[in-house]
Amino acid sequence: MVNGKVVVSQLNLAYRGRPALRDITLVFPEKAITAIIGPSGCGKSTLLRTINRMNDLIPGVEIRGQVLLDGEDVYGGTILLEELRRRVGMVFQRPNPFPLSVFDNVAYGPRVHGIRDRTLLADIVERCLRAVGLWDNLRDRLRRPALELPLGQQQQLCLARVLAVEPEVILLDEPCSALDPISTLRIEQLMQELKERYTIIIVTHNMQQAARASDLTAFILDGELVEWAPTEILFTSPRDPRTEAYITGRRLPVPH
Amino acid sequence: MKGTWRRDVILLSRRRDRIMVGVLTGSAVLAVGVLVIIVGYVLWQGLPVLTPTFLLEAPEKMGRAGGIFPTIVGTVVLTAGAVLVAAPLGVATAIYLAEYAHQGRTVALIRFGTESLAGIPSIIFGVFGFLFFVIYLDMGWSILSGALTLAGMILPTIIRTAEEAMLAVPREYREVSYSLGGSRWQTITRVVLPNALPGILTGIMLGVGRSVGETAAVIFTAGASLRVPHSLFDPVRTMSVHFYLLAREGISMRNAYGTAAVLVLSVLAVNFVAYYLMHRHLARLRGAGR
Repeated sequence: MVNGKVVVSQLNLAYRGRPALRDITLVFPEKAITAIIGPSGCGKSTLLRTINRMNDLIPGVEIRGQVLLDGEDVYGGTILLEELRRRVGMVFQRPNPFPLSVFDNVAYGPRVHGIRDRTLLADIVERCLRAVGLWDNLRDRLRRPALELPLGQQQQLCLARVLAVEPEVILLDEPCSALDPISTLRIEQLMQELKERYTIIIVTHNMQQAARASDLTAFILDGELVEWAPTEILFTSPRDPRTEAYITGRRLPVPH
Repeated sequence: MKGTWRRDVILLSRRRDRIMVGVLTGSAVLAVGVLVIIVGYVLWQGLPVLTPTFLLEAPEKMGRAGGIFPTIVGTVVLTAGAVLVAAPLGVATAIYLAEYAHQGRTVALIRFGTESLAGIPSIIFGVFGFLFFVIYLDMGWSILSGALTLAGMILPTIIRTAEEAMLAVPREYREVSYSLGGSRWQTITRVVLPNALPGILTGIMLGVGRSVGETAAVIFTAGASLRVPHSLFDPVRTMSVHFYLLAREGISMRNAYGTAAVLVLSVLAVNFVAYYLMHRHLARLRGAGR
């Protein structure tokens, strides 16, 4: 249980004294897609945000336990926060391009990390837009406002913006919940393409999506990891009755 | 159930709607109308007085004859001085309050303080400026004393509007910036400030307007000299003060209106230019090319 791109070990998180994650131990293997599923408010987004330390922005959050990236504790103090966030990119629930041009959106990350050279930036923008399949569509509109794009393309752009800082892990926080089915499929296709090079962790409340698009699935309930298994196994023969109840849409057993 | 849904209730609601549209439209027309009448009257009285000589020559006989050139200079330097001091300080304070300070009781107290300060009558600032800058720091009646006093006067407004504008920038923009590895300062300069710019500029323009229009605080601190200043330690007279003295002392209503017309036109021009520049800048920033 120790090899893996990201290893979460005995992680506890409390928000203003109220526990939100309890003793979670979970391995995210390299170049695979892991889905985190569970009902609203179960802590799946919170878990995701401990990996790139976005929970740090919220006052009153207390964390115990370890999150290892390539064996290095992200809360250990040896890893620079900005470096961590570059290596662990994130796509949010609602498409949220900056009110800037398409180009400046993708170039934002590289610029923040000190890349000034125009031709290099142009190369990065082209490479990343190609990777998300937007280049042919947008090559003549790089100077147009990103907010003019349809929502699905905005989310693809957000993915390109993450790729621009050459992350190793990509966190997707319900990336399709604001999108129509076609755009959703597009993002799922992209995930399959990107998994060749990146470790992908996706939080979703859409179980078909988890079943379709992931290699491994973790089921979280009330801040606890109930079950973690290869997706096929978890969806066809879950071991825990709570998992079975959740994936078949039955009422969950009353919590103890 | 069917019989309880009444048609006349709907019709009554519709009539209320129409009445309210009328009331609201009327209010808007009244408000704009008053403004148009005041500005129109000033321009109607003042525009005929405006000639190149009036703008470019020194006053004679206390302003009864001649132009208003020194007062234009006085207004420009005093306002520019006040804004140059207050805008950076105010925006920096707002950044601190909105982005850095722990959002607790102290910040709430500072907020309350600045809000109260924004409502204090200008004459109080004038007396304070007189006692502190003019007398205690021995700056005399001067551009420096006047500009610093005006800066203190417009500072609270600039802080409040800038802070509100920054707090209104969606949290998700900040999150994205951080999630890409941006530092706090990078996030502020690249994401927060550009998006808060319209609000920040509005606060500064309110400050410009207040500085240009101020009389009481200026008479106390910058004096009312009719000479063209040569250094920051020279006293000046602004157009507003000139207008006040011409009208108050009954020197020349004609020239008073001339001065007022220049005042009104320059405030309009400054606002227009500032917003034009801002929109051009924002359009470029947000992407407007092919």
